[in-house]
Amino acid sequence: MATGTKRQQQGNGEDGGGGQGARGASGPAGQAGQVAPGIRPQSRDGGGGLAQTALRNMSGEQLARGLGWFSLGLGLAELLAPRGVANIAGLPGRHAGFIRLMGLREIAHGVAIFAQGRRPATAVWSRVAGDALDLAALGACFASPEVNKGRLAFATANVLAVTALDVLAAQQLSAEGGAGRGSSTQVKRSLIINRAPEELYQFWRDFENLPRVMHHLEAVRVTGERRSRWVAKAPAGTRVEWDAEITEDRPNELIAWRSLPGADVENSGSVRFEQATGNRGTIVRVEIEYAPPAGALGAAVAWLSGNDPGQQAQESLRTFKQVMETGEVAVSDGTVWDNGYLTQRPAQPVSSEELGQA
Amino acid sequence: MRATCWYGKKDVRVEQVPDPKILNRRDAVVKITSTAICGSDLHLFNGFMPTMMKGDILGHEFMGEVVEVGPDVKNRKVGDRVVVSFPISCGNCFFCQQQLFTLCENSNPNAWMAEKMFGHSPCGIFGYSHLTGGYAGGQAEYARVPFADVGTLKVPEGMTDEQALFLSDIFPTGYMGAEMCDIQPGDTIAVWGCGPVGQFAMASARLLGAERVVGIDRFPERLRMAKTGAKADDTINYEEENVYDALMEMTGGRGPDACIDAVGLEAHGGHGIVYAYDRAKQAVMGETDRPIALREAIMACRNGGTVSVIGVYGGLIDKFPIGSFMNRSLTMKTGQCHVQRYWQGLLDRIQNGEIDPSFVITHRMRLDDAPHGYDIFTNKEDDCIKIVLRP
Repeated sequence: MATGTKRQQQGNGEDGGGGQGARGASGPAGQAGQVAPGIRPQSRDGGGGLAQTALRNMSGEQLARGLGWFSLGLGLAELLAPRGVANIAGLPGRHAGFIRLMGLREIAHGVAIFAQGRRPATAVWSRVAGDALDLAALGACFASPEVNKGRLAFATANVLAVTALDVLAAQQLSAEGGAGRGSSTQVKRSLIINRAPEELYQFWRDFENLPRVMHHLEAVRVTGERRSRWVAKAPAGTRVEWDAEITEDRPNELIAWRSLPGADVENSGSVRFEQATGNRGTIVRVEIEYAPPAGALGAAVAWLSGNDPGQQAQESLRTFKQVMETGEVAVSDGTVWDNGYLTQRPAQPVSSEELGQA
Repeated sequence: MRATCWYGKKDVRVEQVPDPKILNRRDAVVKITSTAICGSDLHLFNGFMPTMMKGDILGHEFMGEVVEVGPDVKNRKVGDRVVVSFPISCGNCFFCQQQLFTLCENSNPNAWMAEKMFGHSPCGIFGYSHLTGGYAGGQAEYARVPFADVGTLKVPEGMTDEQALFLSDIFPTGYMGAEMCDIQPGDTIAVWGCGPVGQFAMASARLLGAERVVGIDRFPERLRMAKTGAKADDTINYEEENVYDALMEMTGGRGPDACIDAVGLEAHGGHGIVYAYDRAKQAVMGETDRPIALREAIMACRNGGTVSVIGVYGGLIDKFPIGSFMNRSLTMKTGQCHVQRYWQGLLDRIQNGEIDPSFVITHRMRLDDAPHGYDIFTNKEDDCIKIVLRP
């Protein structure tokens, strides 16, 4: 815990400085783009060195605002004049309905960018995902005989250019917003459990118990007095492993740990057990910090695929509570844990064959 | 086994599905002998509840015989005849220990979903969408019952299925609606909705000492049952007379001491324009629930009185008369019924002959006829008030 906090503070310190610095350095570009920041350099994209220098001087935030306006403009055009847009892109007019939908999506990106405040990293990453959708749709259209291939190629080139801008902005934002270049993710969650701190501490202190309440863990093996080996499930059937050591251990109060060098995913964390008011059990506070494997992009992909670390921590705490209070993990026929994910299926008993597979 | 499955708006089918199994150590499996269609099932049938999946087994009012128990079930054994509570409750958490069983913190595996919608999650419920856990329901031949020691009540010999079945939900629900009114001698209690829950609310208000009980509905057969079955003193048909005026007339202008909303989110009636407004807003998802009965109950309730809400609501309402509510010192009490807190006491009352809950039953069918049952119940055909299914 102490370690975690210290790191966090350091991270915040650097990050604050870095963020300021980036904004400060982008002063001139900021002035140039006061009316509609980011629009002008963007329109010059492809013009060579000048545009690139301008882009490098802009902060991710300014670029994001430009992209936000771009989203709103393009979205409105797609929504209100889908046939015109289809014509420009060389597509037959009957795709108007689909283009309208894409317009709605564009508008949502724009709104999200402005709604997310000063560092709309997630919203801009969502634009990257949207670009991928657009590109996939355009790619699919190349196979159709009805399209004007020249125009389609031109449209695709434009989307590629914008995608490059989106990735640039999102990377800048993530770098400005994260704790340094490594871009770590921090998660803090708490839950009240109707049991004494001693009991909860004991369960947790034996790390080999944790896979029972943390569905994303495959196994934890205690390898020494303060050391343990962790294996976790990762997206797409892969797994990540690391060795961890306990950095602080105050019985019935606190356990802190961190991964040792060589970890697939560098991480640290702590759990605190705090007597709740009026003898109402224990408030369990968990803090976890880790560097997602592929940096901010990995975090965004995880977020898009529903594997949100905050949610994961929340579900782990909830399951911990269920096990400590009731002795079992709540399951229903329609809601099952599948490879670390809470998934929904029809609320019918599973057949013996399915049960055998699970 | 055969089970009643949801496939979409106004589409339920009785199908062959796998038999349930013990999944946790505190589970039991019950072979169902009687099960019922609840008015709140109609909200699912009519497509008002989100998070339903094609194939979900419906039903949360059921009873039967224990045929299998997990190793940690302590007080139930194979062969016990039991009624099952619609809330699934662990018995160990902060809320269960305060007898607030529908607020159990450990029985809804989809608590995250409910938290997004409601801020906090209620308990898991059998056959009632994935928002309340995705549990397979009891309109079937068998059901798995988690936390069986907490979620089942033994039925004594000599008591029929039809007398005991409604301890699963509607009798305790109506009773809790009346209990929340904190009835004092001399009180007048008005009940909106004379469906089965409304009938039990009226009958319970009577049991708890109300001096005058008034039932409000628009179907003559339900108003008739209010008088003959639930022993209401007066009834108001809201299609024939103005409810507010009629209640003021009965109480000398003061209003009922407490009002019970046993209608919920699919209310009818009210002023034609306001009703059209609510229907329209509901159709475009501007509000999910139509609070017509609730608004009327608030406006009619006497100064300083209590509005007790047991009709089911699922989301958001419009035009809540907060001015009337605040300026007149009203109290609102509400909740899904904490069945396990009431059922032993109510079972005793049935045994003592104080009440026979089977008076609400109008139709008895085979499980295979459940789709027909849903149709006539939702359309109020054939004077349908309560359907019991036998697997």
